[in-house]
Amino acid sequence: MAECVLLAASVNKRFGGLQALADVEIRIDEGQIYGLIGPNGAGKTTFFNVLTGLVRPDTGTFELGGRPYRPIDPHRVAIAGIARTFQNIRLFPDMTALENVMVGRHARTHANALDAVLRTRRARVEERAIRARAHELLDEIGLSRYANQLARTLSYGDQRRLEVARALATEPRLLALDEPAAGMNATEKQALRALLDSIRTRGITILLIEHDVKLVMGLCDRVTVLDYGKVISVGTPADVQRDPAVIEAYLGIVHAEPAPRAQLQ
Amino acid sequence: MSERAASKDPGSRASSAGTPPRVRAALAAVGIVLIALPWLIGAFGDAWVRALCFAALYVMLALGLNIVVGFAGLLDLGYIAFYAVGAYTYALLASPHLTEHFPALAHAFPHGLHVSIWITLPIGASLAAAFGILLGAPVLKLRGDYLAIVTLGFGEIIRIFLNNLNAPLNFTNGPSGITLIDQVRIDGLDFAHPSTIAGLQPSSLVLYYYLLVAMALLAMLVCIRLQNSRLGRAWMAIREDEVAARAMGINVRNVKLLAFSLGATFGGIAGGLFAAFQGFVSPESFSLMESIVVLSMIVLGGLGHVPGVVLGAVMLAMLPEVLRHTAVPLQTAVFGRVLIDSEVLRMLLYGLATVGVMLYRPRGLWPAPEHGTEGNNTPRGPGPASQVVPRHG
Repeated sequence: MAECVLLAASVNKRFGGLQALADVEIRIDEGQIYGLIGPNGAGKTTFFNVLTGLVRPDTGTFELGGRPYRPIDPHRVAIAGIARTFQNIRLFPDMTALENVMVGRHARTHANALDAVLRTRRARVEERAIRARAHELLDEIGLSRYANQLARTLSYGDQRRLEVARALATEPRLLALDEPAAGMNATEKQALRALLDSIRTRGITILLIEHDVKLVMGLCDRVTVLDYGKVISVGTPADVQRDPAVIEAYLGIVHAEPAPRAQLQ
Repeated sequence: MSERAASKDPGSRASSAGTPPRVRAALAAVGIVLIALPWLIGAFGDAWVRALCFAALYVMLALGLNIVVGFAGLLDLGYIAFYAVGAYTYALLASPHLTEHFPALAHAFPHGLHVSIWITLPIGASLAAAFGILLGAPVLKLRGDYLAIVTLGFGEIIRIFLNNLNAPLNFTNGPSGITLIDQVRIDGLDFAHPSTIAGLQPSSLVLYYYLLVAMALLAMLVCIRLQNSRLGRAWMAIREDEVAARAMGINVRNVKLLAFSLGATFGGIAGGLFAAFQGFVSPESFSLMESIVVLSMIVLGGLGHVPGVVLGAVMLAMLPEVLRHTAVPLQTAVFGRVLIDSEVLRMLLYGLATVGVMLYRPRGLWPAPEHGTEGNNTPRGPGPASQVVPRHG
């Protein structure tokens, strides 16, 4: 059995009267593309924010690569090895594409203010490595021709890809993507799919929140379905698709003669 | 020391950045102009050299504030407080004030406290940095307007303290300020009684000019290096999007405090030099207006862009002197009398300039290039999306 990358158990989060997450549990194995789906308001993004330290859970135990971690500080989570993208793109708009990716190297580099001012050998070597790695990542993601353009001038699809490149720059064990295909057209989705596949082959595990069921079904190895903050189904895409609980969550109560597969898509 | 540093500075920058020869030549030309300037402009009167000295001080202040506001995006309206901390530190350690009012100290230092600039400046800078952290720690979660109000309050608190710390124990001599501050002495070169150097006899004022310009150039170098570093990128990242910056592994708290304290350090050093240069400090020099003037300099010149900030600082700092020589004669010639006092006119022009820049050049007179700051390392193709991007390293 593959090594477990992320393990989260009994995660609870309450916002006032709303139980946003109720005993959510997830186990992601090395090399998987793991899908997290559910109707609007199911708690997907809240769970994401809990995993990455943006929202403090009420309860929960978390393990990353077999070692317990406490997701209380986003920057510590990044250093621990989870990189994320955001549902509404959050690039550094007035920095170039290259600089955006270079910021991603922050978690894995060490030069301090004194190194910068004195331009020590260590800082120069590190700076060259940061730049080289950032160029490499832009190359891999297919954005190297925009390296010196400000991020805000890139097209929507390119901005999404740049966010992935920036996240990859942190050398994550787990790459968490919050609706990466949102607002993309068919061609861009095709390219995204190829990109995620190539990331997986590099040994990076991916957690994916996605509305596009077709994309999730085609890409993911395993899926968890959330509804009203609860896990209602876990399994392979095919299993989940047939699960009556899932069909109910998406389509309401199904009476007789359902045709779930066609409708889900 | 000052001339050495002044002439060495552009050279070392050119070599370290791998600058093309054209830029290197321009830097050398600027260096020569800066060295010759006091002798040329001094012919029109010492007042001009004095104005240049103040311009250099304001360049340091503007560069320091630019770290906080321009790089890290934290609006600070109380920046002048750090200038005050530096100035009063120097003033207290290098004037008879403390020994006059504290007999115990007078016993310990029978010849008075005359601490060398090599000690006073670092102490002033570290104190200012400590105050920077003192201000930064409680405002970590504030942004924009809220941050501006708190920092404004902080600036006023420091000024009011300086104004009132003369009783029951006289620390600051209150509104009358501290006088008889020692002149700078560096390696036997006494700025009060300059000796002949290489056949030339520079006045005290010219020596200060070289010292201040050298420090301003050093400040520029430090700023440029900080900007193009891991830390500089982290500052810009939190300016652009704090949440995303955290997700990239940036410890926002530490990086912000570092911005506050490094910015304050620049203010503290500028303050110490100001005290030595003036020979006198009083709380009046550290009013809210001064904070606003320094902020105008960086906004006018180009927020976050070091050359722009320097341009803005020099322009606004030289304006009063230019007005003194033009406004009064011009008005007497046209109207027969002075209608608007040159000080009032200065404020009017600041306001007009700010409005004009906001309308026509919202990113400042000399903003950062649209395509990022990577220009010095990446030869550009014809367009922004040129196909060939050379690899580095």
